[in-house]
Amino acid sequence: MPLTVAIPRETHKLEKRVAATPDSVGKLIKLGYRVIVESRAGSQANYSNDAYKEAGAEVVSAARLYPQADILLKVNGPEKRSDLDDKNELDLLRKDTTFISFLQPALNEPLLKQFAKKKINALAIDAVPRISRAQKMDALSSMANIAGYRAVVEASNLFGRFFTGQITAAGKVPPAKVLVIGAGVAGLSAIGAAKSMGAIVRAFDTRPEVKDQVKSMGAEFLELDYEEDGSGTGGYAKEMSKAFIEAEMALFREQAAEVDIIITTALIPGKPAPKLILEDMVKSMQQGSVIVDLAAANGGNCELAQADKVVTKHGVSIIGYTNLPSRLATQSSQLYATNLVHLVAELTPDKDGELVINMDDEVQRGATVVHQGKVTWPPPKSAEPSPPPAQAAEKPAARESAPEAPSVKAKPKNLFSGKALIGYWAVAGTLLLLLGSVAPADFVHHFFIFILSIFVGWQLIWNVKHSLHTPLMSVTNAISSIVILGALLLVATPDSTLITVMAMVAVFVTSINIFGGFYVTHRMLHMFRK
Amino acid sequence: MTGTIAMAYLFAAVMFILALGGLSSQETARRGNWYGITGMAVAVGATLLSATVQNYLMIGIAMAVGAVIGLSLAHRVQMTAMPQLIALLHSFVGLAAVLIGWGTYLDPAYDYTGADRVILNTEIYLGIFIGAITMTGSWVACGKLHGILSGNPLTLPFRHWMNLAAIVVSVILLFVVAGSDPSPGNATLIFIMTIIACLLGIHLIAAIGGADMPVVVSMLNSYSGWAAAAAGFMLNNDLLIVVGALVGSSGAILSYIMCRGMNRSFISVIAGGFGTDSSSGISSDEYGDAVATTAEDLADALSEAQSIVIVPGYGMAVANAQIAVSELTDELRKTGKQVRFAIHPVAGRLPGHMNVLLAEANVPYDIVLEMDEINDDFPETDVVIVIGANDIVNPDAQEKPNSPIAGMPVLEVWKAKQCVILKRSMATGYAGVQNPLFYKDSARMLFGDAKDSVQKLIQAFKA
Repeated sequence: MPLTVAIPRETHKLEKRVAATPDSVGKLIKLGYRVIVESRAGSQANYSNDAYKEAGAEVVSAARLYPQADILLKVNGPEKRSDLDDKNELDLLRKDTTFISFLQPALNEPLLKQFAKKKINALAIDAVPRISRAQKMDALSSMANIAGYRAVVEASNLFGRFFTGQITAAGKVPPAKVLVIGAGVAGLSAIGAAKSMGAIVRAFDTRPEVKDQVKSMGAEFLELDYEEDGSGTGGYAKEMSKAFIEAEMALFREQAAEVDIIITTALIPGKPAPKLILEDMVKSMQQGSVIVDLAAANGGNCELAQADKVVTKHGVSIIGYTNLPSRLATQSSQLYATNLVHLVAELTPDKDGELVINMDDEVQRGATVVHQGKVTWPPPKSAEPSPPPAQAAEKPAARESAPEAPSVKAKPKNLFSGKALIGYWAVAGTLLLLLGSVAPADFVHHFFIFILSIFVGWQLIWNVKHSLHTPLMSVTNAISSIVILGALLLVATPDSTLITVMAMVAVFVTSINIFGGFYVTHRMLHMFRK
Repeated sequence: MTGTIAMAYLFAAVMFILALGGLSSQETARRGNWYGITGMAVAVGATLLSATVQNYLMIGIAMAVGAVIGLSLAHRVQMTAMPQLIALLHSFVGLAAVLIGWGTYLDPAYDYTGADRVILNTEIYLGIFIGAITMTGSWVACGKLHGILSGNPLTLPFRHWMNLAAIVVSVILLFVVAGSDPSPGNATLIFIMTIIACLLGIHLIAAIGGADMPVVVSMLNSYSGWAAAAAGFMLNNDLLIVVGALVGSSGAILSYIMCRGMNRSFISVIAGGFGTDSSSGISSDEYGDAVATTAEDLADALSEAQSIVIVPGYGMAVANAQIAVSELTDELRKTGKQVRFAIHPVAGRLPGHMNVLLAEANVPYDIVLEMDEINDDFPETDVVIVIGANDIVNPDAQEKPNSPIAGMPVLEVWKAKQCVILKRSMATGYAGVQNPLFYKDSARMLFGDAKDSVQKLIQAFKA
């Protein structure tokens, strides 16, 4: 029996997006799911009930949708449904349902607890880790891209002039000058949109490494004379020092008098948006200029911006819309729905309509904020591959039975989970005790060091980059010639020419190895350059 | 005195751990190598200074000759021949372990009783056994990689039973000799075991096909570590135990990573015989025609392309084409195109082999990406150039559940807008399976030696 994926209508104020398009419904069905869509769910994003039906979904009323849902795909977190006795969506769902949407887990801890109480699993699409493999699920980026584009469109709507410069029979038109502050995904997208409409675009960011990206989009990168790197983790900026901010403000003040349009996108994770455009800068702008503040939801980069409103102060229109992606609902629904399909596909390894949340997978672990009645946010810092103990613990047993067994590490991961793991530990522990009861103290001491070293090696080697595996082999080969010590000690054996000769041969061949191994490693490493 | 030496050994062990730790990034890797050299120098120096060692002249001569040979080998080796060299070096560790085991057993000062005697004899026995397998196995691997021996797996009848018999006989002999003092009779038995282990090493590796050599070389790497650890146990030397365990686990992890790259289990690689019985049922499929292209046409395609991905394989190493490929990359990048390299985990004959070759040719390492990093980008790529790779770009791995390589992770080059394969002929890769990639609509074949083709391509592109 395949699980049912349900797509309700978004009831959030000003929300026009929807979590699935007819196209994505088709893909969900291919993954083996049954898909139900609330009637008129996609109407504001220009997707009709008929289009969903054609794609294979069943269109149902809200009242019938929630009780059937195994997986609920949404844009916004759970909300009250005024059309269903004002009940919260969480109360309409069954236990063990999986809820996937934007959730902002860092800001919504009480909400996560509600999920846990109801035993509803929650996956926050905005908590998917920002690593290469998960780019196809990065809904924050796809929404930011749209917001940047829409910001330019909104600005041009209120701006009284062309963006592009023209010389016409009716006179010369100067090009508009646009300043973009913050060159993340939204900023770069705004640069691209403004540039392609013909404006002169300048951009500023505290992270110097985005300079090339800004240039590649055709904008001029403004630089401060002040040296400080603002790169934080996960592609975001960090908070800067006071002196830096002063230098930055001076730059904005100078630019404000010159440019026609300012688009601000500066955000620091977990902090209110930095105030970058102060009232005096707004005053210095020309009449009819436009400011678009993409950070308005987090307090705004512009002092005068108000969330969800357009205000006009000192002759300057300040746009504080917080729903820019929703204002391009068809496009943003399409991209968001695709992000969701990719996430669901990750969760459906066998494409059989069964949802499996693998808490050992870095991406799935990161996105899962409530799992089986427990809040699992925030995820552990770095999700290492399955922990090593079981494999090393096996070693003692293996070493006793057959010499080549120690290399048998290539076992599938699932052998190391749950009950099997306890079994391994029990067997390994028993064997160790048995061995300890008969072995002399000296041996136990060496064995102790042996096992510890295996652990150290295990931890070290997983950190080695794939591109350095060949140098790793040649260097481990060189250091394994440490057996030369054994040969050196044997050379001293008195009264036995045979042993002396054997030891000399061993010294000879291991010397080849030591010098050759280290030198060839040195040669190889010398070739790697950036 | 013993305390001083023990501390020197501790220092050396720390140096070796830092050496391996340094390899976690390119920036620290060179420093890591120097840590390793320091550790080795301290360990050897401390041992030489200890009271028990004499015969400095003989040791000096042996080490000096060894050093000259080792350095000249390392100096002259081509980067493409790196796998053979490493395999050969592994055999030396194996040989040394065998000799040390015998030396310890025959030492007239042998004086142990009871549990100590059982344990020491077992340690010696295991050290010789693992050492002998490592030694002869490495020779065979070296011969296969160097082309002296055939790359095809040797599949004798009852080969698994033969291996099993060898192990059983060795275990029985161990029980016979473990509990008693050394005697000529027991020495003969251990000698028989040494011969058996040598044959076992040859047979084990001979049965493994050339395509699995990356696993074999890292597995032998692991064995040489365990051999060193066994020597450490018999000599009561903690440094040998630490280093042996480090190297042993390192090789084991590399083998595991390689196996995962091919979606094969470790056991199936060790059991060998892969690539012999696969192609018959599949080659009869109708694929259509592969379309050949010319260097000029490819140059045109490249001049229109914005993003280009190059997928190197063993063929690039064989043709020694890495310098030409690097030059092509420079030319393309000069015109502002995005050029990247996609490296499959098992491309080449050693883990990381392609990276070393490209580094030798001065390709910047930040445009050389791993499979997971680049696989999602192929749909947005204009042109993919596959140079001498076959199985690692075979769509059958994903599309045909009954294919011998089904489930192996592959580079999804067929999703790119255009894909050009540089290859000498339509022959199959090591896995011996047909590659439907060559018959896809977006694919073109550029036949010829990889180096010649790339050089022609550079000429055409410049023109």
